Amino acid sequence: MQDVELISPQLAIVDAEPYYQVVGDEVSLFESSYRNCLPVLLKGPTGCGKTRFVEYMAWKLKRPLVTVACHDDLTAADLVGRYLIVGGQTVWMDGPLAAAVRAGAICYLDEVVEARKDTMVVIHPLADSRRVLPIEKRGELVHAPEGFMLVISYNPGYQSVLKELKQSTRQRFVAFEFDYPDPELEAAIVARETGIGADLAARLVKFAAMTRNLKGSGLDEGASTRLLVHAGKLIADGVTPVAACRAAIAQAVTDEPEMLAAIHELSSSVF
Amino acid sequence: MTTPETAGEIEQKLERWLEAEFTRLPIEPLALAIAALPATERSFAMDWVRRTATVNPHVAYMVARHVPQMLEHTDSRTVEAWIMQAVDACDRDGLKAALDVLRDPQRFVRLGRERAAGAVFDDIAGILRNFIRGLSGRELRLESGDVAWTDGETLYLPPVIAEMESAADNFVLGKLTVTLLWAQTRFGTFRADVAEQCRRYPDPERAQQLFHALETLRLEACIGRELQGLAREMARLRKVGGGDTADEPSWAAFAATLAAADATVEDTLRLLDAAYAVSAAAEMPPWAGEMRPERVAERMAARIAREKMLLKVKLNDLLEDRQQAPRPDALPPEIELRTVASEVMELPRFEIAIDGAPVPVPENVRQLLTSIQLDLGEIPPDYLQAAGPGEYDPKLIKPEGKDPGNVWQGTYHEEGATFFPEWDYGRSHYRKNWCVMRSREVAPVDDDFVAGVLRRYAGHARQLRRTFEAMRDADRRDKRQVEGDDVDFDALVESIAEHHAGQEWNDRVLTRLHRSERDIAALFLIDMSGSTLGWINEAERAALILLCEAFEALGDRYAIYGFSGMTRKKCEIFRIKRFDEPYDAAVRGRISGIRPQDYTRMGFAIRHATDLLLQIEAKTRLMITLSDGKPDDYNDNYRGQYGIEDTRRALLEATRAGIRPFCITLDLEARDYLPHLYGAARYTVVDDVAKLPYKVADIYRRLTI
Repeated sequence: MQDVELISPQLAIVDAEPYYQVVGDEVSLFESSYRNCLPVLLKGPTGCGKTRFVEYMAWKLKRPLVTVACHDDLTAADLVGRYLIVGGQTVWMDGPLAAAVRAGAICYLDEVVEARKDTMVVIHPLADSRRVLPIEKRGELVHAPEGFMLVISYNPGYQSVLKELKQSTRQRFVAFEFDYPDPELEAAIVARETGIGADLAARLVKFAAMTRNLKGSGLDEGASTRLLVHAGKLIADGVTPVAACRAAIAQAVTDEPEMLAAIHELSSSVF
Repeated sequence: MTTPETAGEIEQKLERWLEAEFTRLPIEPLALAIAALPATERSFAMDWVRRTATVNPHVAYMVARHVPQMLEHTDSRTVEAWIMQAVDACDRDGLKAALDVLRDPQRFVRLGRERAAGAVFDDIAGILRNFIRGLSGRELRLESGDVAWTDGETLYLPPVIAEMESAADNFVLGKLTVTLLWAQTRFGTFRADVAEQCRRYPDPERAQQLFHALETLRLEACIGRELQGLAREMARLRKVGGGDTADEPSWAAFAATLAAADATVEDTLRLLDAAYAVSAAAEMPPWAGEMRPERVAERMAARIAREKMLLKVKLNDLLEDRQQAPRPDALPPEIELRTVASEVMELPRFEIAIDGAPVPVPENVRQLLTSIQLDLGEIPPDYLQAAGPGEYDPKLIKPEGKDPGNVWQGTYHEEGATFFPEWDYGRSHYRKNWCVMRSREVAPVDDDFVAGVLRRYAGHARQLRRTFEAMRDADRRDKRQVEGDDVDFDALVESIAEHHAGQEWNDRVLTRLHRSERDIAALFLIDMSGSTLGWINEAERAALILLCEAFEALGDRYAIYGFSGMTRKKCEIFRIKRFDEPYDAAVRGRISGIRPQDYTRMGFAIRHATDLLLQIEAKTRLMITLSDGKPDDYNDNYRGQYGIEDTRRALLEATRAGIRPFCITLDLEARDYLPHLYGAARYTVVDDVAKLPYKVADIYRRLTI
């Protein structure tokens, strides 16, 4: 058999400092949790800076970072690892969680409620004082070294009953709540991330607040900070604000024609 | 139509439709005029006369009288629109309103030409509703009214906006109009007692008009600062319209004063003297609308009282949520409110601290604070004392939550009800907002009915549970898969052996977890009409109990609602079990408490059930009606063809929305009409009431395997 390049879990080292605007005491809380080997749960709507925060903390704590975007087909085996068959032989391959535990990395399970329920079996023993990862298929118990840290995130805004975190899971974590930053801060973030002027950034934030007002009456979520950054980048690149808002924000938050038209009217009112 | 009808034949038909014997309407000239029309126009006219005759013979008479002339000048679409307007007016305000429309077709045609490019309220309301909701401030409703005005809580727009040449500009005008009305609530126009101030002048009406013009100038400046895009559109429409309020030098000066960033309604009032002295009347931009300060004041007084109380109650909730030990000094906790002005957003942000510790501000409290801030310009300190128990009048804080059961007693009104359209097959058109529906809860009855049913049908219940458990789509491990998350060693060994023996490599060597995918939401609609009294009611209730037991074993999501009605003004939906409610003692009590009510008006119930089902996320949505007879209603033309066609329409709407309707009926004659309603395979007739409890769950099982 020819050489096959195996997929290996990425142990990304965050070299450059990611831009993260500190909002409250989240950095010191996170550091304290890290020192005390406590797992962390990040709550908050999409695109409010959870992932960026974890990257920033990985950089600050100088730990490698493994990020897993959870989806509704993600099983425990996807996290822990599996046997592959190579040339009639079985070869074990670590999944991202196992790799992170072995390497003493920060493992970030993004949108953990999306994953299948059986993933909790491997998350629970890692998230309490045991700090072990059982790899059943190999009969192995991996003890997490000191540097390992488990971080999960979830969006409580989803109203589906199926996507709720169980008490037995959530009560293992130190929980941080994230929200969109205050308007001034958000405008500063948008300006900093995109290079557009303060006035335009403030207008984008004002527009975002309008879409957030629509949450619950036809929109599941308003425009996130991430979308504002997208729109801002387009604007910085010469796209007109109204067109940028339409493409990067309105179309991103809804497909419904009437809502699209309303959001478009809002953006063309602001700019 | 194969052979052209003669005037005589037409006359005969008209006599029948217009009930000439009783109404004494002169038919002959009508028949002659219609007979003289070309064939297509003649059948068009006759068709509409027939359809409108189902509304009222006088309406049909006017239609027959005017249509032949109208067709000479206008196209059939305009004629149709004219008729529809009249019929809607009849539904809404009665015969006189309809005849007013019908008497003057020329006016309608003339307006119609103007309105060809108009923005019709129903078309633009959806967009504008979201638009104003997106703007900051109090949540506002948008309704259609006679002119554009606001009472501070609802914005009214005229049915058609047609001042501009093009449809696009008319939409923009509509948008500017709601924005200006929104600005009145947002920038404190009504913080001053406008009516009182205007009464000081010899001609209060003129004073009010001038105030309106001045205030509009101020609000336009506010809008210009906040929403530049809209300000540009205002400038553009002003050019299109040609008008400009600031022509006169004195008005230009007013505008300049009011454009100051800190100008308030007080500044507007200060200028009123000067304006009153120089101008007899002011020119208004087309988006100014009308101002009705008395109506605003009325609403505002009620709102201020309500919101003050509501805020206190909510603050109390906040305190209770904290569940902290009482302060050692036994003083009530101190609530502190900080309003944080923001450079980016115009409205301040609210922060609440209890005993110095900041607490998150819930969304409803934030909205309340915003609304109070808009009315009063600040949050008065006495608003911040939490209400103790029993300190408030619950009626004050629940203006909408009137007991639906009491609505019918005393003065009649339609407040707080949901409106549903109804299909009128006679005129082949919907009657808009025809059914007035109220949602009620079945009063739970705590008797031994449930226990009795479970005892009586013990064997059957056990069997149902078993069958339904077997239907549960369990998770299982599929073997010999090409893709999967684990190695299927049996398959692997076999595959290697075969490979060594020279056969092709079989790559089905993995196992994979199969996940349950039974994703069904079922809504049961229970006929609670008077005809179910006795046996049927009991059988229905027993069937529901057994059904619920079965559902608990199955795990599908389900809801149960009852329906009944007496005329279109009293349509009632009885909640028995919501989708998100567990099957608990309360639900059992409500099933046990199902009692026959009035009649079987079905259309609204199906439409409501459709709305409910569409709120549920599921792959398959089932709507199962349990009934004992045809759609029927009291002293109304719902009985017979009309009811059947309306029900059929409602079912079609449901089907189009992706819902699968099914009907279980006890009516032995159902085969005559149910295939027409549900299709040949979408209903079951249970021929023996006693069998109903046995059948319902089983029918559901067959439907979903």
